[in-house]
Amino acid sequence: MDHMLRNEENLLSKIATNDGHGENSAYFDGWKAYDADPYHPTKNPNGVIQMGLAENQLAFDLVQEWVRNNPKASICTAEGVDDFKDIAIYQDYHGLPEFRNAVARFMGRVRGNRVRFDPDRIVMSGGATGAQETLAFCLADPGDAFLVPTPYYPGNDRDLTWRTGVRLLHVVCESSNDFKITRHALESAYNKAQEANIRVKGLLLNNPSNPLGTVLDREALTDSLAFTNDKNIHLICDEIYSATVFSQPDFISIAEIAQENVNCRRDMIHIVYSLSKDLGFPGFRVGVVYSYNDTVVNCARKMSSFGLVSTQTQRLIALMLSDDVFVDKFLSESVKRLGTRHGFLSRGLAQVGIGSLNSNAGLYCWMDLRRLLKEPTFEAEMELWRVIINEVKLNVSPGASFHCSEPGWFRVCFANMDDETMRVALGRIHKFVAQKKGGEASSRRQCRRSKLEISLSFRRLDEIMSPHHSPMSSPMVRART
Amino acid sequence: MLSRKATCKSHGEDSSYFLGWQEYEKNPHDPVRNPSGIIQLGLAENQLSFDLLESWIARNQEPTGFMKKGGSIFRELALFQDYRGMPVFKKELAEYMAAIRQDRVRFDPNNIVLTAGATSANEALMFCLAEAGEAFLVPTPYYPGFDRDLKWRTGVEIVPIQSSSVNNFRIIPSALEEAYQHAQKLHLKVKGLFITNPSNPLGTTLSIHELDHLINFAIDKNIHIVSDEIYSGTVFDSPRFISIMEAIKKKHLENTAIWSRVHIVSSLSKDFGLPGFRIGMIYFNSKTLIAAATKMSSFGLVSSQSQFLLSKILGDKKFTRNYIMENRNRLKNRRKTLVSGLQKYGIRCLDNNAGLFCWIDMRCLLTSYTFEAEMELWRRIIFEYGLNISPGSSFHCPEPGWFRICFSNMSEETLDLAVRRIKALMDSSSPNAC
Repeated sequence: MDHMLRNEENLLSKIATNDGHGENSAYFDGWKAYDADPYHPTKNPNGVIQMGLAENQLAFDLVQEWVRNNPKASICTAEGVDDFKDIAIYQDYHGLPEFRNAVARFMGRVRGNRVRFDPDRIVMSGGATGAQETLAFCLADPGDAFLVPTPYYPGNDRDLTWRTGVRLLHVVCESSNDFKITRHALESAYNKAQEANIRVKGLLLNNPSNPLGTVLDREALTDSLAFTNDKNIHLICDEIYSATVFSQPDFISIAEIAQENVNCRRDMIHIVYSLSKDLGFPGFRVGVVYSYNDTVVNCARKMSSFGLVSTQTQRLIALMLSDDVFVDKFLSESVKRLGTRHGFLSRGLAQVGIGSLNSNAGLYCWMDLRRLLKEPTFEAEMELWRVIINEVKLNVSPGASFHCSEPGWFRVCFANMDDETMRVALGRIHKFVAQKKGGEASSRRQCRRSKLEISLSFRRLDEIMSPHHSPMSSPMVRART
Repeated sequence: MLSRKATCKSHGEDSSYFLGWQEYEKNPHDPVRNPSGIIQLGLAENQLSFDLLESWIARNQEPTGFMKKGGSIFRELALFQDYRGMPVFKKELAEYMAAIRQDRVRFDPNNIVLTAGATSANEALMFCLAEAGEAFLVPTPYYPGFDRDLKWRTGVEIVPIQSSSVNNFRIIPSALEEAYQHAQKLHLKVKGLFITNPSNPLGTTLSIHELDHLINFAIDKNIHIVSDEIYSGTVFDSPRFISIMEAIKKKHLENTAIWSRVHIVSSLSKDFGLPGFRIGMIYFNSKTLIAAATKMSSFGLVSSQSQFLLSKILGDKKFTRNYIMENRNRLKNRRKTLVSGLQKYGIRCLDNNAGLFCWIDMRCLLTSYTFEAEMELWRRIIFEYGLNISPGSSFHCPEPGWFRICFSNMSEETLDLAVRRIKALMDSSSPNAC
């Protein structure tokens, strides 16, 4: 029946029929493999383990406890139903005042109360997805560009460019300096745009970074701000992972830099936020556009009509985030658990000689699998990735999908599963590496060992490996046996 | 420094439709605290049947609560971000849509794309069906929000299909053709028709003849039909509601090209009075469009919390059937109260069988048959008589003097007060006027 429409595809827009949604990228192929064969400890123990989903599931017990103890937060309980009508008819795009107040307060707390957020600048959006798109619509015209440091979250391609007509230009970052953003890289990207007659409207930073899991230091932030002021362009900071910083160095928000630098162009600074990562609530679609520019706030607010937060959810969040005791407990416990899980994974990887970028935030590790590539090409990376999905049965995300300039890097998520699944996943990685490098005899010996055991055979594995590839000489996490 | 979209006026909020709301916000009527304040008659909201929903919730604590499975329902909901939507919710929604169409049409849950309200649905549809600079034909008068939803960020143009009070603003074939030709003259490629059925602001449902004309036209011009059926659950009187899907089926067009070009928009904001929950949808027959629009819905998904609640409410078939019937009765009675009150004072209302409003003829009160006079009258009505009713020009009505007045967003007492104020307005006008 749909053949009619396929034959007349000129009846649909280019947007509807092009690849701008980005879902034909490899990033999503892994998800499809997982959907087709999802791991389950008892029902499908050989299924694909989902390690491509950056979700925070480690502290739900705390949230559940709060929900149980606060029935009023739901308008469907005896305690909350009196407010049902008022909440259900409230469609003001300013959002419930108590919601905005609670979110502003929460954002301040996450930053150690070093900075205060104005509730009147909190604008709702359909998740961070909606927030990114809204900012692109507000700040740029079709054909204009934003600069984005690589590697970056693949969703940015869809969110910032698909329906807006805006382009993304890469600021190339390299492993040789841990993918840090350099002034040189920024200038180079900007100049390239100038030469190609492309108007640059802004720089998009993701801090903490997805997929790197690192935070920007004060110098990087002030340099970026100076760069954008110098070029008279906007600075958009996506701080969606701000409450996932589990160890030093501290997270520094652009809001703090803005506060400290009285001479900067504050009206060119905009923050994207969401509760999807810090709290683990992607299903509730709570996105925020926070801008220091009044016109942008007004425009974004009108645009928020296209993606308002359900008032049912606004009310729940308002009550939850106003509970200071809960918030403090959640924030400290959540990062503790993230840190523990991160440590377990990164050490577990290091045991088999897999380094990962030294990171202190986020819900993932940026894994270095360069030495497992047949050759240093993206084709080899794709080949390795297909092996990891189809044989090792792990959905990890290849660096190419993050526009990484160098092949061999993979993002592996660790916060979207329980401890046991994590152990199973690590066990599969250990087995895979052993099989790849150690040969038949070594792998047979390994199979007799438990998944949990830290084995001397791994040290033997390290000795087998060529010193040229030894992780001991890299700036990565040190292997510990 | 900012985009053109940020600095232009295409958001449409400078329209009188929204200015009236602003005046209301400054001085809102409250029976106790501000009895002489402005009465809001410009908000098409259904507040008549909340008691039914509230008592349902009171009786259904367990299924709707987060406490099920020891609180893990909460966790599942918090993590559920699949843009295809919650299957059980879509199933219930499909059945509900069929129920309010007297089961004359069946809906496949897989063909539903969920969006954050009809606002988001309409915009997404434009992004899918047209390029910037292309056009949709829209019958006048139409909902002012379309100027923002269909045009603002998409760059799509609206070309109005003119109508006349002479035939009660019905859609006639010559008007369709004229609009199409007008678009050609403006060098705008027409991609489709955008109809609202039942109509806002008219409150009328399209007849099978009008639907036939529209379908034939769309076949002939090889264009889409978008039918915004957001008020389909508010049809309180005969003639019965005929959905575009029913009309297409009646003509046995399921296996033809037009089938894939017909799309329905709806929402739970009007039937159920839940605009705050942002529950909208698009129904497609085309798999290509389902796929494209589903991806696009990422920019405005429905909160899983609200999907869950509504799947429970709609899943209670007995309750839903009863709600539909009772809600319709209350709307019918409320309209009757308003219309008989207005008629007593010489104001004619368009005969309507649906919607949350009446389309009233105030031409007799105009000092001249112009839109300036209409604005003048509107200002008098707001500032001197404390009533926010919406002027026809904000709905792009081709003729001055028509206003939309909502009746379901206030108590009976407040409505009575509004009618008394209208009496005062009529009393103060020239005795020969109406």
